[in-house]
Amino acid sequence: MTRPRLGLLIAAGVALLLLSVAVAITIGPADIRVGDVWSVVASHLGWGSSELTPIREGIVWELRLPRTLLAAVCGAGLAVCGAVMQSLLRNPLADPFVLGVSSGASTGAVIVVVLGVGGGLLSVSAGAFLGAVLSFGLVLLLSHTLGGATDRVVLSGVAAMQLFSALTSFVVMTSADAETTRGVLFWLLGSLSGVGWTDVWVCFAVLAVTLLVCLGYARTLDAFAFGQDAAATLGVSVARTRLVLLCATALLTAALVSSAGAIGFVGLVLPHAARALVGSGHARLLPVTALAGAVFLVWVDTLARTVLDPQEVPVGVVTSLIGVPVFVLVLYRTRRA
Amino acid sequence: MTAEDIKSTAEHKRAAPGAEDPQAAPGTEHAQAAPGEGLRAHRVTRTADGRVILDGVSITPAPGTTVGLLGPNGSGKSTLLRLLAGVLAPASGVVTLDGSPLAELGRRDIARRVAVVEQQADTQVELSVQDVVRLGRTPHRRAWTPASEADERAVREALDRTGLTGLARQSWHTLSGGERQRVQIARALAQEPRELLLDEPTNHLDIQHQLDLLTLVTSLPVTSVVALHDLNLAAMYCDQLVVLREGHVVAGGSPGDILTEELIAEVYGVRAAVTREGPDDRPHVRFLGTVS
Repeated sequence: MTRPRLGLLIAAGVALLLLSVAVAITIGPADIRVGDVWSVVASHLGWGSSELTPIREGIVWELRLPRTLLAAVCGAGLAVCGAVMQSLLRNPLADPFVLGVSSGASTGAVIVVVLGVGGGLLSVSAGAFLGAVLSFGLVLLLSHTLGGATDRVVLSGVAAMQLFSALTSFVVMTSADAETTRGVLFWLLGSLSGVGWTDVWVCFAVLAVTLLVCLGYARTLDAFAFGQDAAATLGVSVARTRLVLLCATALLTAALVSSAGAIGFVGLVLPHAARALVGSGHARLLPVTALAGAVFLVWVDTLARTVLDPQEVPVGVVTSLIGVPVFVLVLYRTRRA
Repeated sequence: MTAEDIKSTAEHKRAAPGAEDPQAAPGTEHAQAAPGEGLRAHRVTRTADGRVILDGVSITPAPGTTVGLLGPNGSGKSTLLRLLAGVLAPASGVVTLDGSPLAELGRRDIARRVAVVEQQADTQVELSVQDVVRLGRTPHRRAWTPASEADERAVREALDRTGLTGLARQSWHTLSGGERQRVQIARALAQEPRELLLDEPTNHLDIQHQLDLLTLVTSLPVTSVVALHDLNLAAMYCDQLVVLREGHVVAGGSPGDILTEELIAEVYGVRAAVTREGPDDRPHVRFLGTVS
């Protein structure tokens, strides 16, 4: 079995992603062609000017483009978080959503928004990060106390998810007005509607840093295949690796949740698909997982905003509809093993 | 350290089993850098949940030999191996590698010298035999750099030495228990260690694979410390034996000196007949029943 060259795979993935973004932007109530997308982007980069009306140009540049790009960043980020968590915890069901990290981040973000602690995207992100770290710590502590088997980790995640969802609802019900109350659905279900360029840049920056850190640890992650003790005897500083990578994934999850809410199961599904494609070596797996996640969420979000047109389905609802059967399938395979 | 050293220590211990004599353990005087002396435990103690697992155990394997760790379940064999690997830290005492305490060495530095084969390693990750053996290069590689020619050569040689070249591209999950243990040994060899620690590596193997595996281990150019349950395998393959009971060394020396009917009765609570019918006049143990 010869595997395709990594450079070739990444080039193909990037091309597919760019094409997906360009095509996804054209899909929707306003009639826009791929050529229009290109001319708007080119004009904003200072290469010539677009011939579209200001309204149509606004639809491309202010609405569809940031939304589609954020979908790509979220898909890539969640998928990378899932891949790293699965390897680090030796658990094929690990994912920021399943482990309750996304719920913790939601709670942190909602508390900042509702109680008005600080303001702006950065303080919301900081709140989300605290929540994410808190819930991640809780899950690890719980699962460690319960013996650390695969199902215990997942059950601890369920407990954390329920706890933090309840906390989010509690905070919103007791201290928010009707407008904010409607917004709680956004954080519990995950949605990409109404995002702007700031969201795109912040999330992209955090994704880039986290991805670089994780790629630096690619070989170390490989060494976890036979467990923590085996990794230690291969020269890995287990405690430091866990601390760095769990904080990195919590940070990335927090940034994504601050902008797009808790989108579930992307981190569970895509790493498995990517492994089937390129094997489990992390130097190949992580970039391919990121690209696959990006393309995946671009199309799922396009589906979510068009399938019930003019109504919009939260993107997290669609990812859950796809993710739950995969979750069951992976669970079934771990039973046989 | 010679066989006589181990033997004399052991005899001292046997003369007064359970009694603690701080002067009894050899090697404590070697706590400064000493190239070539290899991996040694100096009076290491380890407790877990208030229970003493190991109590002042010393072992000093001679370079290039195979040392067998014997003892009933819970006697501390696995814990001793984990201390030697540096995965656990001793509560007191010290494990040294060429005279330097393991606690002062980096994990990578230890892993380039000491390799470990566990009782039964398994993974849910989809890996080929070659992928698993390549993991052995982890301590030799840097982030962001591709495998070097030295890495590839070490992997090829490890596969060759364990007779796995033909299986290199096969999936780990399709292998038998014996093949998996061979792959783990190949992975350990790819680390290019001078010390190899094995925790009951023959446990889940049929008899042919048990013999194959120990023949392989004893033919390797490394110092091996191997925990074993089977006294006859230990007698056949080990140069030196160390017998543990309840965290204490109760005997140490060559198989011919150690494996006696009295010791087996004392340590395992089993009646046995020991003859010299093993290969090369080594002892052979035949069990007769429990000590009533």
